[in-house]
Amino acid sequence: MSTLTTQGGPAKSGRPSGLSQQSPRYGEKAVYLILRISAWLTVLITAAILVAFAIPSIEFFQQVPVLDFLFGDRWAPRFANSSFGVLPLVTATAWTTVIALSVAVPFGLGAAIFLSEYAHPRLRKVLKPVLEILAGIPTVVYGYFALTFVQTTVFREWLKLPTEAFSVLAAGIVMGVMIIPTIASISEDAMSSVPQAMRQGSAALGANRMQTTLRVVFPAALSGIIAAVVLGISRAVGETMIVAIAAGQQARIVGNPLEQGQTMTGFIANAALGDSRVGSLEYDTLYAVGLLLFILTLIINWISIAFVRRFREVY
Amino acid sequence: MKPFTSIGKIAAQGSVRGRAKGGEYSPKSIAFLLILWASLALAFAFLITLIVTTFIEGSPRLNSMLLTEFPASRPTQAGARPAILGSMMVIAFTALFTLPLGIAAGIHLEAFSDRKKWWNRVIELNVQNLAAVPSIVYGLLTLGALSALGVKDKNIVAAGAMALSLLILPVIIIVTRESIRAVPDEIRQGSLALGATPLQTLFRQILPSSVPGIATGSILALSRALGEAAPLLILGALVFVSFDPNGLLSGYTTLPIQIFNWTGRPQEEFHILAAAASIVLLALLLAMNAIAIVIRNRFQKRW
Amino acid sequence: MSVITASNVDVFYGKFRAVTGVTMDFNANEITALIGPSGCGKSTLLRSLNRMNDLVDGAHVTGEITFNGENIYAPDVDAIEVRRRIGMVFQKPNPFPKSIYDNIAYGPKVIGMKPSSMDDLVEEALTRAALWDEVKDKLKQSAFGLSGGQQQRLCIARTIAVKPEVILMDEPCSALDPIATMRIEDLMVELKQDYTIIIVTHNMQQAARVADKTAFFTALPDETTGNRTGVLVEYNETTKIFENPDDQRTEDYISGRFG
Repeated sequence: MSTLTTQGGPAKSGRPSGLSQQSPRYGEKAVYLILRISAWLTVLITAAILVAFAIPSIEFFQQVPVLDFLFGDRWAPRFANSSFGVLPLVTATAWTTVIALSVAVPFGLGAAIFLSEYAHPRLRKVLKPVLEILAGIPTVVYGYFALTFVQTTVFREWLKLPTEAFSVLAAGIVMGVMIIPTIASISEDAMSSVPQAMRQGSAALGANRMQTTLRVVFPAALSGIIAAVVLGISRAVGETMIVAIAAGQQARIVGNPLEQGQTMTGFIANAALGDSRVGSLEYDTLYAVGLLLFILTLIINWISIAFVRRFREVY
Repeated sequence: MKPFTSIGKIAAQGSVRGRAKGGEYSPKSIAFLLILWASLALAFAFLITLIVTTFIEGSPRLNSMLLTEFPASRPTQAGARPAILGSMMVIAFTALFTLPLGIAAGIHLEAFSDRKKWWNRVIELNVQNLAAVPSIVYGLLTLGALSALGVKDKNIVAAGAMALSLLILPVIIIVTRESIRAVPDEIRQGSLALGATPLQTLFRQILPSSVPGIATGSILALSRALGEAAPLLILGALVFVSFDPNGLLSGYTTLPIQIFNWTGRPQEEFHILAAAASIVLLALLLAMNAIAIVIRNRFQKRW
Repeated sequence: MSVITASNVDVFYGKFRAVTGVTMDFNANEITALIGPSGCGKSTLLRSLNRMNDLVDGAHVTGEITFNGENIYAPDVDAIEVRRRIGMVFQKPNPFPKSIYDNIAYGPKVIGMKPSSMDDLVEEALTRAALWDEVKDKLKQSAFGLSGGQQQRLCIARTIAVKPEVILMDEPCSALDPIATMRIEDLMVELKQDYTIIIVTHNMQQAARVADKTAFFTALPDETTGNRTGVLVEYNETTKIFENPDDQRTEDYISGRFG
């Protein structure tokens, strides 16, 4: 028995002939609403961050002048003779970030160039998971490694370096290795996106692979690579556990990487371990430093996004 | 036609055989390749060293006591049981909180929001920013929010799950969007041309094809949350926990927190415990990542 | 008797006028071919007939397009229903990543058809699309395992399953080899007994083979913008278009003076 009878011509099979909507589809409208609200909740989160940070920060800056905070060089929030100059924290963060990048950038880019331009597809399949594993190791474990192996075993026992229990160098180096996968994978994506036609054009002129890579592919992928490096900076600035464990707890201006120091994130982590009454100055201090951290990473991320956009426009 | 004279006579330039000076085997090229190999070797060496040293240090305590005992002030009697259970419970609740919300938001942003409206672009930019915010900020956020709500004791599973949910929410959204984007438009057009509504097309065609990607990305995001300690520290999770976590309002600790705790003690025995607990944590992470990769390889559609 | 009529239709993408001033009737149970060089708006016009152009940002239509006497762009018209009644087969076969059976069953399910036997409906759709014999033993296998020509017939079967009155085909054979093309052309001639078929084709011989009526389009450059806007040049019985066209431009195209 044919179920497709009465075809052709105007509808005669009992269906309404009008084209207007048969049912208002209320269920669908509800679903659309739920989806839309979910998306808007993300804006709520950012707003909540801003409010949660603004209130204690305002209280903080009512007691501590902004300039003293930003440019003072003594950080001693809990002492009787307290001082709230954040420069020691910022310089310690700068040290760990610079050290981390000086490890992550050369080796990350090296890995990226190798994977993108030189590696046999089967080798890639083996090597990329290695990078992914590096990226997946929890930062506590990295921190433990930095403290016990790098600082204690390597620096103090093997190399007999003049250093104490903690050092900015140990934390920085390990943080750098942690960031290698970030820089490597984004840079590798950027370089892989450079069209093959460009490489072939260069090869057709007689350039070898190194020249093609350095003079054609790398510059073409530059915006993406810069985005990767900037993202690496952002991760270094925001990293907490490695520095909390291995960089030290004394807030001081670090002059020599073998010394210890306390970064912004290290301070927040250590301070939160103590008991801070909500609304007290110590509590507000947490958020003032947190606000500085948030703003810094926000700026760094915007820069990175700008470079990604420039890169995408080209290809 | 005038003969070309400016270039001069094009003379025979020698054989093309043999290893040319500037070719793939020039000293510079070889040096370059060696440097590249060295970069990878370093990453590899570091990874091996980390795993091996952690393993060596921790193996004395890799026994069942680690899994069954509670932390104690005497290292010989301590174990990581509440930490393991706490980690699992917190991650379970994190998934519960963040997956529905993140996937719904991702669906809306990718499939139904009008990109030309400025506020939708703001939402997109906002999600990108949130994805790169340091994890400790989410701890501070949760702390502030809970204080504002009058919650006194923030060392509860719900608070930890909340902080971690906020942390990985942007990642879930981004992963959902990318998975949906990967489904070819022809499928969507074919469905609509039959008289299906956009919502039917989404739920019956596009989402089923996106599920493997979303699942893989979600598991990877959750495994990242499993390894996080900073936001939970802010919420006061670093306390001595000698009981099993038993619900949303229960006190808790997690493996990363416990590792941090033991690492910070001066006694060497606690360091051994920290290493052993690290091995357990790494094993858990390896299991989660393996599941994610299996899902990706078996179910991911290749268009 | 005309099923679809277009009255002075212009189709815009944003500010760009893709096709202008189209007035034509499409008659029931006939095959009408739209032919002409690239860029003269044939596909654009076709996609306006079942409101698929709604999916393109900034696309809009002026003039009137009616289906069974009703203007399909009237504000209270449900575009979803329009698309069910006026089906579409695309240039590149686009089966769903499902089994052959589920590809066919999908449409009836989502539009709320409740057939007494889905198996029978699937069989009938596949039979009408001249595909049943080839797939009846592998209904549960993935549609991606079929050849290009089979996939296109599957797409036709899937369209038939939702009981449309009109089937639009946008260059349905351009991705297929000549044998597969021939089978689809035979299918079209069979189908026109039950459906009205409108096809866009680059292949003049195809139009000459299958179409009852043919419309020739060309593109006129716009002096100010330099863009080319499509116009309907001539619309007539196929034999007249090919043997004795009224317009010189039609004659030039048919005889290959420009392509």
